[in-house]
Amino acid sequence: MSTLAPQLINLFATLILLLSFSMISQRRIVSLINLFAIQGAALVAASFLLGYVTHQPDLYVSGVLTLVLKVIFIPWMLHRLIRKLNVRWDVESLLNVPTTMLVGIALVIFAFSLALPISRLSQSIAGGSLGIALACVLLSFMMMITRSKAVPQVIGFLSMENGLIFAATTVTNGMPMIVEFGIALDVLVGVLILGVFMFQIREKFDSLDIHNLETLKDDSA
Amino acid sequence: MSAMGALSQLLALVTALVLAPLLTGWVNQWRHWLQNKSGPGLLQPYRMLHKLFQKESLVAEHASQLFRSAPYVIFGCMLLAGAIVPTLSTDLPLSPAADAIALVGLFALARVFMSLAAMDVGTAFGTLGARREMLVGFLAEPALLMVLFCASMITGSTSLTVIVETLAHRELAIYPSLLLAGVAFTMVSLAENARVPVDNPDTHLELTMIHEALILEYSARHLALLEWAASLKLFVYSCIGLALFFPWGVAEAHAPLALLLALPVLVFKLAVGGMAMALIETVSAKMRIFRVTEFLGTAFLLAVIGLLVNVLLGVG
Amino acid sequence: MSALVFVLGFPLLGGLALAFYGHRPWARDVNVAFSLGTFLSACFLTNHTIDHGPELLWDQQFYIDPLNVFLVTLTAFVGLTTAIFSRPYMRVEQDHGKMTPPRMRLYHSMYQLFSFTMLLGFTTNNLGIIWVAMEAATLTTVLLVSVYRTSASLEAAWKYFILCGVGIAQALFGTILLYMAADKVLGAEHATLLWTSLNDVKGQLDPTIITLAFVFLLIGYGTKVGLVPLHSWLPDAHAEGPTPVSAVLSGLLLNVAMYAVLRCKVLTDGALGTQMAGQLMMGFGLLSVTVAAFFLSRQKDVKRMFSYSSIEHMGLITFAFGMGSPLANFAGLLHMTVHSLVKSAIFFTVGHATQKAGTQVMSEIRGLIKVNPTVGWGLMLGVMAILGMPPFGVFASEFLILTTAMREQPWAAPFLFLALGIAFASILARVLPMVFGDTTLKPLAHPPALLPVFVHLVLALVLGLYIPPYLNGWYVQAASLLGG
Repeated sequence: MSTLAPQLINLFATLILLLSFSMISQRRIVSLINLFAIQGAALVAASFLLGYVTHQPDLYVSGVLTLVLKVIFIPWMLHRLIRKLNVRWDVESLLNVPTTMLVGIALVIFAFSLALPISRLSQSIAGGSLGIALACVLLSFMMMITRSKAVPQVIGFLSMENGLIFAATTVTNGMPMIVEFGIALDVLVGVLILGVFMFQIREKFDSLDIHNLETLKDDSA
Repeated sequence: MSAMGALSQLLALVTALVLAPLLTGWVNQWRHWLQNKSGPGLLQPYRMLHKLFQKESLVAEHASQLFRSAPYVIFGCMLLAGAIVPTLSTDLPLSPAADAIALVGLFALARVFMSLAAMDVGTAFGTLGARREMLVGFLAEPALLMVLFCASMITGSTSLTVIVETLAHRELAIYPSLLLAGVAFTMVSLAENARVPVDNPDTHLELTMIHEALILEYSARHLALLEWAASLKLFVYSCIGLALFFPWGVAEAHAPLALLLALPVLVFKLAVGGMAMALIETVSAKMRIFRVTEFLGTAFLLAVIGLLVNVLLGVG
Repeated sequence: MSALVFVLGFPLLGGLALAFYGHRPWARDVNVAFSLGTFLSACFLTNHTIDHGPELLWDQQFYIDPLNVFLVTLTAFVGLTTAIFSRPYMRVEQDHGKMTPPRMRLYHSMYQLFSFTMLLGFTTNNLGIIWVAMEAATLTTVLLVSVYRTSASLEAAWKYFILCGVGIAQALFGTILLYMAADKVLGAEHATLLWTSLNDVKGQLDPTIITLAFVFLLIGYGTKVGLVPLHSWLPDAHAEGPTPVSAVLSGLLLNVAMYAVLRCKVLTDGALGTQMAGQLMMGFGLLSVTVAAFFLSRQKDVKRMFSYSSIEHMGLITFAFGMGSPLANFAGLLHMTVHSLVKSAIFFTVGHATQKAGTQVMSEIRGLIKVNPTVGWGLMLGVMAILGMPPFGVFASEFLILTTAMREQPWAAPFLFLALGIAFASILARVLPMVFGDTTLKPLAHPPALLPVFVHLVLALVLGLYIPPYLNGWYVQAASLLGG
């Protein structure tokens, strides 16, 4: 049992990384949302497992919070949103998929090398996953930059929060409860605002292509 | 070279030769069953081989010696690969001759000959198939190497027999990097064996075929050897997968009686693997040739990530 | 009952109340009333802190010390004057048809909630809550920037959200690393994100972790300060939102982010013992000052130009705090104060000017002084103040910063001079024609509220000439708190 738990947590961490990569290469928005939900589920499982192993009830609460918010509510809301906005189709990307993957690899190497000295200092049993969490954050960041439609940008933003919560969970067994609630509230409100915005962007531009949102420049009057 | 070693080597060769067409038939049959069709029967590949060997071989007028000898070279490569991979036993006298990297080299050799032979006759389809085959190979080889390196990093050796022995003897542990390598390996083997979603083995449409285009000009015994070689390739790939990810049940050097157990275990594992492959094929749609690069690129990068995860987590 | 309850309670209550009634005609006055209440409570709090010294409140979750209490009062004050300014301004906007009743409700309630999040960020002791407050401030201002619902404002708001969201996520990662360092030193049960507790043990925090944490925190909160190269949200957000929002963005939000960086810098300096944090800040600050000055010279939109000026000044402030000596810290704090006052005053006058002209393009605004002499003179004086002309306060702080730079970091001084010079020339060249010359502008239906402008400018003037002793004492105390 003592070696099984860290292995399982490493497994979940690898799964989360795998999902981040598949989100980058995914073209259909519906699958993107589902992958995001699965990533949230892996995060919840890791929280529960860690809570069970370290006997910290805070992690259970954090897990439930993530479950309600990121596995159930936000994917449901996003599905409803894309149904109303009618944006099921293939997603264009700034870079083609192989280049995206190569850049992703570079980011992963960067994140791992950055985190390696620190994860050795961690007290938690899952400290080695800090590099993976940072890699997920950077990959989501890249997804936000290279996608040209609004919904994948939002999902990239949310997936970045996933990576950060995962980092907090594994490295320090979660953050103080009040901070976690604050973060959850912020994320929720953020997604609601973004949802509202997407409607308005759609109304104004008749499309959710972000390229329409690049007209403000320095010498424009 | 001990007698047991020679025996197990021979047995491995014979098993490969005999079981390979059966595995192909099994996978095809399951594909048909999953699609609610009745299918040609499990022994169809044998019947086809039998039929082909009895026909007269027709060769184009300006075909060179390469065209005539390529099937033999390719068949030989696949047979040698089948001899190296620990299917039934790790006590293979031939195994020190070639480790995992050399194995990839064998596949590459076969691929080169196949492509050259296809271009040799000068037809449009042959060249088309050759180009596509080299594209797939160009991307699949590094991925396969990375997958093998993942396993090597965990076990400390590139020799397949050592890998199998080490992994089988470790206590049950979850290796995340092997998870990633497994996904990558599945993708690579689908590509290399011309399965959906990369290539449809049923098709004869020029726009969609890779493997079929290469062997279009062959007939009779040459074609038989090439089809057998393709079956052997599928068999060898499956055995590599089993060796890396499910290594239990393979006999060892000092346990000759385990050979008796190893055969049913192998058959069982291959059956399950074949069903899984048929399932993947049924569920997926064939992708455009341009997407194949992304597909294999993803496989490569997954394998590299597996390596990195191994380094980061300090464990497999 | 501490005045803190009222300081935080008034804006929160105001936000909730105005969410329902923000479209009524008297809502604008209610907005001013709530801001007035906040300001008076802040004054009480400041008074209390001057007499009693720093204190921890409510289970150590809130901490009032010389560094943040004056910033709290400054925020409340500028919030009040901006609310006064926004009364006639938004009325004109409503008449022009740019604002509908639902949007007025959103505007007023978000305005108050924004004040709440800023004040929360200043007064909390918990570094995690600072993060939550910064993110909440971003969310409220995103809604404020987009309130006109034009395509340009939607674009600006979207860009703002995404860029700041990404930036702030980096800050969250930095906070997690800080927590990890605390966890190592204090143990799992007592690990905490309370700044005071971390400050007590900062010498024992692990240097490797803290270095990485500070880098992420600087990048994260630095995005909200507007440091180059993370600044691209700033010009758009300032230009497309309503002018009161531009005023509070420039005048107040940038300060909160700077404050967060400073709190982290104190911990980092204590943990590392080297000047790494200061050097990073100096680098970013210098980069911001130079790049902003160059971009400034290319602007055609008046609000964008002044937003680049904000970037430049925040860069200067970051540079000052990066230098780290007591005099530099003093200068940085003084500059934060006068910049808030003067920049918001400028935005007030610019707002009225653009309303009269119906456009934000500088080449189309001419002869302000003929139409409304007060607006014209207000803009002229404001611009002179922000450009660092004596005897305004900006001159004093810039002088201090430049002389300290020449003494301690001589390599940086030429860049600073160059940048400030370019900014001086560009802004003056564009504002003079706006103020003087023949005009085609017409007066507005409702008289503009120009009292806030002149109050701010007078304060800035006073600070330039004579700093009252208790204020001086605050600056010195706060400067020493920042180390060095």
